Amino acid sequence: MSNLSSCTPSPSAQSLPSTGSHLKDLDYSVVQQCMHCGLCLPTCPTYELTKLEKHSPRGRISLMRAIADDELEVSKSFADEMYYCLGCLACMTACPAGVNYAELFEHARAEVESKQVLKSPKRTLIRQFAIGWLFSDQRNLQFLGTLIRLYQQSGLQSLIRGSGIMRLMPKRLRELEKMTPTIQPRFSNELLDRVTPPKKEKKYRVALLTGCAQDLIFSDVNLDTAEVLARNGCEVITPPEQNCCGSLHAHNGEWTLAQGMARQMIDLLPPDQYDAIITNAAGCGSHLKHYTGLLKDDPAYAAKAREWDQKVKDIHEWLGVIGWDVPEITPETQAKVTYHEACHLAHGQKITAQPRQILQSIPGVELCELPESNWCCGSAGIYNIVQPETADLLLQRKLDHVETTGASILATGNPGCLLQILNGARERGLRMEIRHPISLLAEAYRQEKA
Amino acid sequence: MMQLDKSIITRLREIVGEKEVLDRKEDLIPYSFDGTAALKQYPGCVVFTRTTEQVSRVLKLANQENIPVVTRGSGTGLSGGSLPSDQCIVLCTVKMNQILELDAANLTLLTEVGVTTLTVSEAVDKAGLFYPPDPGSMKISTIGGNVAENSGGLRGLKYGVTRNYVMGMEVVLPDGEICWMGNKCVKDVAGYSLKDIFIGSEGTLGVITKVLLRLIPKPQAKKTMVATFEQMDRAAEAVSAIIAAQIIPCTLEFLDRTTIHCVEDFAKIGLPLDCDALLLIETDGHPSVVTEEAEKMEAICRENGCKEIRVAKDDAEATKLASARRTAFSALARLSPTTILEDATVPRSELGHMIRYVASTAEKYKLRVGTFGHMGDGNLHPTFLTDERNKEEMHRIEEAFEEIFKEAIRVGGTITGEHGIGVAKKRFLPDFAGQAQMRVLREVRKALDPKGILNPGKIFDPS
Repeated sequence: MSNLSSCTPSPSAQSLPSTGSHLKDLDYSVVQQCMHCGLCLPTCPTYELTKLEKHSPRGRISLMRAIADDELEVSKSFADEMYYCLGCLACMTACPAGVNYAELFEHARAEVESKQVLKSPKRTLIRQFAIGWLFSDQRNLQFLGTLIRLYQQSGLQSLIRGSGIMRLMPKRLRELEKMTPTIQPRFSNELLDRVTPPKKEKKYRVALLTGCAQDLIFSDVNLDTAEVLARNGCEVITPPEQNCCGSLHAHNGEWTLAQGMARQMIDLLPPDQYDAIITNAAGCGSHLKHYTGLLKDDPAYAAKAREWDQKVKDIHEWLGVIGWDVPEITPETQAKVTYHEACHLAHGQKITAQPRQILQSIPGVELCELPESNWCCGSAGIYNIVQPETADLLLQRKLDHVETTGASILATGNPGCLLQILNGARERGLRMEIRHPISLLAEAYRQEKA
Repeated sequence: MMQLDKSIITRLREIVGEKEVLDRKEDLIPYSFDGTAALKQYPGCVVFTRTTEQVSRVLKLANQENIPVVTRGSGTGLSGGSLPSDQCIVLCTVKMNQILELDAANLTLLTEVGVTTLTVSEAVDKAGLFYPPDPGSMKISTIGGNVAENSGGLRGLKYGVTRNYVMGMEVVLPDGEICWMGNKCVKDVAGYSLKDIFIGSEGTLGVITKVLLRLIPKPQAKKTMVATFEQMDRAAEAVSAIIAAQIIPCTLEFLDRTTIHCVEDFAKIGLPLDCDALLLIETDGHPSVVTEEAEKMEAICRENGCKEIRVAKDDAEATKLASARRTAFSALARLSPTTILEDATVPRSELGHMIRYVASTAEKYKLRVGTFGHMGDGNLHPTFLTDERNKEEMHRIEEAFEEIFKEAIRVGGTITGEHGIGVAKKRFLPDFAGQAQMRVLREVRKALDPKGILNPGKIFDPS
């Protein structure tokens, strides 16, 4: 764990802007854009739960503005509020005035980190471990993944769960153990060659991002994505060693680290060499498309970042652009499928129609709408780990709606949501599959051959 | 300046519970404004009540201790009606959010005041009934706020405003006494119609805690159309001609070029962009009447130089169009950080004149303006686009509005059609109302709230 010591305690402190404040340094028009009409309130899950203005988008913006205006110090209570926000960006879909909440929110969290108001030895250790070490180098993540895989495959997990020893553990640890995802038997670099040749006439050359958590828990989705792309005329380049895109870092106020990850990604996959850079994880995609803002003051990367942002495409979005072949199969039975919209696909990237169209194109799929389909499931990055109570309320609300659909499959385009809903459905004893839409399409294509 | 004593906070907590009183700075900042631009004032504390009994006890305490109380729903008002006063108690009603009874036999709905307008509308719709008032903020505005401000909406032309749907209410008077007024009877002339004084009283006379709403049968059919015009004048003439032809459609809304572009930029529903004015027209009722009215209006629009007319293909598209129209005010903020809107209203025969007057006044003061509104009921929303830090421009806006209001009054109009006086239009009220009316307004307020604790400084100053 030598990397841990090299991770500076507060990386964002190094990147303090000229005024000493991320919020004050922002163009004031961004802060001022909110005209507090309140149309965001009914779409904000935390406002809906609590009915408190400070837990609403316009309330949070008023606090950020108070800091920019020197009316409020960065206090612990301000910091807690910024971390109570899910960052689901539903408010951005609702906002007629076009307030860039995502930018405000990331700067506000960076402000919190640079002022160190939440600093405690435990929090610093956890953040250094998770953000500074684990998600900063894919090798570290795979190392941990391998350990968990051993724990799960060796039978130790069943032994421990069966022995009742977990009952002696603190409640929070018990809950976390239950949330531990099943690690895939093989990571993406073991599943995928560097180059996947197109299955029909080559029309595009694309790069595939394998993600970090996605790679550990859903490497099969990466394989499915590569197959779907190849099936539709893309040559797919998948570099075996990929790091985190920096989404987690930016959302958690680690501006400098996020900038470093962005530069690494651009170096690994120079955007001028590809027709598109494909991601299948909504949370990553939403961040990957905003490197311009992160690197705008870096003369060596600013132009590349702009090109990068243009090239990054969510897999559903890209299939919408290039078109996809309808699988030529005639299934004997129909399956009821419902679709949960990942926040960072629906609100972060405004991709709502394409996943539904893809699902509807699969023979045998009967798509039934999920009530409140674009309401956060509570996963929200690491929110379900740091705010378990609120996350669970949202999960239960989601599952209540899922049950009304009577669907046997729930499809969603983000690993966080997949895992959250998977865990929730298992706890409730729901007999249903939770799948990525692209996996369903890939499966249909595979049946074609047979 | 009065300081809100810690002991008051303690006593308030005894009434509503520890967590239902907010007094930390980080909690108060988000309650220092409502939906009105460029107004800000911190309250002393925020109190959430859940029962009428709690409201009564809070008011008793406030009255005893001479503490101002500002009632607030979702804080979407557009005249500063729920803007706190210094060191006041903000009494927030959003947790009083239960619908109590839908009486299908009498066509009424009894509800607590913190329920949103949309929730009321949906609950009623499920029962096959209709509650027409639909203010722009209906997704989040509370029914209590609607009653206190006498809100209007897109359907005002045919169906009237909130006042026309209130049959009764429960009010807590400033001294804490609880009072029921009105009932389920269609006819009732027993004594003064007191509920009518509370409708539109902007939180100055009492705290409304329950309302009894009148419902009507749901129209069987509706048809929604969008008509575009090269010039705003021609759109106004088309509207006058529709009214003159004795057609009262449900909705007759307009957007000018600036507003159309902002709304389309946000909603992306394919509004036509190459026109100076757009009319959103909706007729509802019996299917044969709907067809006939729609045909007549289409003809009138064409006679008045309409460029293009498009009919919504289904209910979903009609809803999208109306929802997009409701975002007009907020969407204008895409162009500038501060949007100052008014709602001067004129008799419909004066519409064309008033629209030209607004445009020439904007030009005279070198201001950017986006205008939209309820053309069918003469209710305009000229919105000046500015930056509140530009003091000089803000001053010019003040001057421009003063002229617009004077002209509205001169042609027999009003300074506010549906947003209320609040603080934003307070200084224009005496000119509009005249001495005698001002005296009566003051005396009514004094009779009900002798200590002046409820929403002080709103509508008019004591004197």
